[in-house]
Amino acid sequence: MNTQMKQVFSRPDSLKDVQTHFCPGCQHGTIHRLVAEAMDHFAIKDKTIGIASVGCSVFLYDYFDIDVIEAPHGRAPAVATGAKRVHPERVVFAYQGDGDLAAIGTSEIIHAANRGEQLTIIFVNNTTYGMTGGQMAPTTLPGQVTSTSPTGRDVASQGYPMKMAELIGSLDGCSYSARVAVDSPKHVIQAAKAMRKAFEVQINGAGFAFLEVLSTCPTNWGMSPLAANKRVGEEMIPYFPLGTYKDNSAV
Amino acid sequence: MNHDVFMAGFGGQGVLLMGNLLAYATLIEGNNASYFPAYGVEKRGGAATCTVVMADGAVGSPVVGEPEAALLLNPLSMEKYYTKVRSGGFVLINSSLVEDDGSSRADVDKLLIPANAMALEIGNARLVNMIALGAYVQYSKVVSFTALQQALKEVLPERNHRFLPMNHQALEAGAAFCREQLG
Amino acid sequence: MTKRLFVKGNEAVAMGALEAGCRYYFGYPITPQSDVPEYIARHLPALGGQFIQAESEIASINMLLGAAACGARAMTSSSSPGISLKQEGISYMAGSECPGLIVNVCRSGPGLGGIDASQADYFQAVKGGGHGGYHIIVLAPDSVQEMYDLAMLAFDLSDRYRIPAMLLADAVIGQMKEGLVAHKYVPPADLAEKTWALTEKCNSGKRKVVKSLRLGDGEMEAHNNNLHARYAEMAQREVRYEGLHLDDAELVLTAFGSCARIAKTALRLAREQGMKVGMLRPVTLFPFPAAPLREHCATARKVLCFELNNGQMVDDVRLALPDKEVAFYGRAPGAGSLPTPEEFLAQIRTHYEA
Repeated sequence: MNTQMKQVFSRPDSLKDVQTHFCPGCQHGTIHRLVAEAMDHFAIKDKTIGIASVGCSVFLYDYFDIDVIEAPHGRAPAVATGAKRVHPERVVFAYQGDGDLAAIGTSEIIHAANRGEQLTIIFVNNTTYGMTGGQMAPTTLPGQVTSTSPTGRDVASQGYPMKMAELIGSLDGCSYSARVAVDSPKHVIQAAKAMRKAFEVQINGAGFAFLEVLSTCPTNWGMSPLAANKRVGEEMIPYFPLGTYKDNSAV
Repeated sequence: MNHDVFMAGFGGQGVLLMGNLLAYATLIEGNNASYFPAYGVEKRGGAATCTVVMADGAVGSPVVGEPEAALLLNPLSMEKYYTKVRSGGFVLINSSLVEDDGSSRADVDKLLIPANAMALEIGNARLVNMIALGAYVQYSKVVSFTALQQALKEVLPERNHRFLPMNHQALEAGAAFCREQLG
Repeated sequence: MTKRLFVKGNEAVAMGALEAGCRYYFGYPITPQSDVPEYIARHLPALGGQFIQAESEIASINMLLGAAACGARAMTSSSSPGISLKQEGISYMAGSECPGLIVNVCRSGPGLGGIDASQADYFQAVKGGGHGGYHIIVLAPDSVQEMYDLAMLAFDLSDRYRIPAMLLADAVIGQMKEGLVAHKYVPPADLAEKTWALTEKCNSGKRKVVKSLRLGDGEMEAHNNNLHARYAEMAQREVRYEGLHLDDAELVLTAFGSCARIAKTALRLAREQGMKVGMLRPVTLFPFPAAPLREHCATARKVLCFELNNGQMVDDVRLALPDKEVAFYGRAPGAGSLPTPEEFLAQIRTHYEA
């Protein structure tokens, strides 16, 4: 055995040793890993409560080694509010997709943010409804073809993509809001840092933290994993600019 | 004992306070009472009515179709509820505001009382409800005046206790008027 | 004599809930129940609890779900249109076995309807309300005192069976004032600790998951069988009702909540007139007191069901008494048109003499 060898990469402790159900090229797995790394970083997995939402991310409890409450579609911020108010010393995060958070759950996310609930919200934006088979989402880009916008999203009749990180960041109750992507090593490193920040804000009692993560859905986009990853940089980031939209966490 | 009384007027006449006091005084004397307000969508100025049911046993229905007694403080109440009073019952009519003297019915005891005028005489127009309540309690003897006064003291916030003597005076004026008219 | 308070039904239910250890309230304003959140907003902070006026009925029921999953005694309250909005969350609470108290101070409908008392939400309350073939515990107070007492019982039953509980009242019971003996809450000795719930302390043991999604082979079927076994157990153990003059009754009245109060006076008047009439008032609407009803109506000629709607509980009465003649009288009240004892008495006479 070579004693010079040092292990530099392993499964985060907060993730269970199981295979996920995610499709090839889907970035939920990467984002799960970033959440787990942040929990490892702060050594909080034993005190964390995850709120599972409806969509591809519902199986949170199969992948994270934490306590989980499953919420109805769009209601994760309300369920998280109830949990955090009962157990304020625990760390509560919700992990929601774009249909869940930006369509059916707009009321819950806006008001949880506006109340300044001590929560961390991970918002995965892949411009489509993944679990139900690729229908138009509130974040679907103009002209994007989905199963319910077969000729491409027509903004004149179907409205515009919702820019949630900007919207949530504009609320006085929100302490931290940012958008990241995981399509390149550089972006992943930035995303990991933002993820830690999103948890740190809550751990420090500094208020509501919102992190939007741009993601792929190769299956429903009808693309190879590589093409899908490329689309994030070429089409999504220009419409959904990366960056920090609010950071009052030090105030 | 089983008694019920229906009270009606317009918002601001203190109808609901009158019902509250009577029900609370009944409890103080160890009997049971329900106080049921009927409220309009509008909070002020609309019709205000309430029903008080008093019993030494279980109260039963807080809602009464043909009340044993009615205190009608304005013309609209007279128009709407006078005919509903049970035969052999009692009706108090605020003759300061109601022109109808109730002569259409001979099967009820009537007390026409100029409650607004009497209230002004005591010095406060808002005492109409206490005058009416005093007269009704004098007639019906459903509760004692001691219990009414205690209820009033407990219902009124401390800062308003300086109004207690004036309220007692109004209760007594109503009772005296009733004694004079009906013996 | 114990000092009696003189309070509204809506205040009594709030007082009973707080006395039973409820420390979390989530709600949204609606007439005729706003005295409930108003009372709790005034008193909960001093008890170290949390009151949230939520952005919607939907959010408030989901906050309740979150708090319940964390083991807390928590509640929400609303009135009919708001309860409709909560049905999604109630179904999820039923599915994920989260206990909690839901107060429905029912008003008339459908739609925005009126703000008057009504019992039109009986079906919604006892037949499930939301999707998925579940039931919740439903208790029907008929007095201010019962608003207080049944709030406590609702928490105990809900915790024991891990089934949400609803207190089904209406504008009469909620708005009227009566005497109330506010007594101490004593938890049942056999009430188990909530070992399934997410706890306050860091958890290094077995992970806890509170969920309603059940995709495993046979998992959903087993879960439903388990829930229905609990409903059957409740029907055996938890049925509560009030019986009046049942021993020699030839005509048995059934009514719940405010309608039972009106019927009680009609019953007294009928007895005074020599009619052998009795009454069975279900206190638990789910589980429904079918067995006691059968037992007490065995020798009665006829049953007459009164309701403040166009006929809902009467279906359950008929299911319980397949061989008995069951008549119905009721109506959906509008502004100021509640049925009166005199009106019920006329019905009693007609059916008694027929």
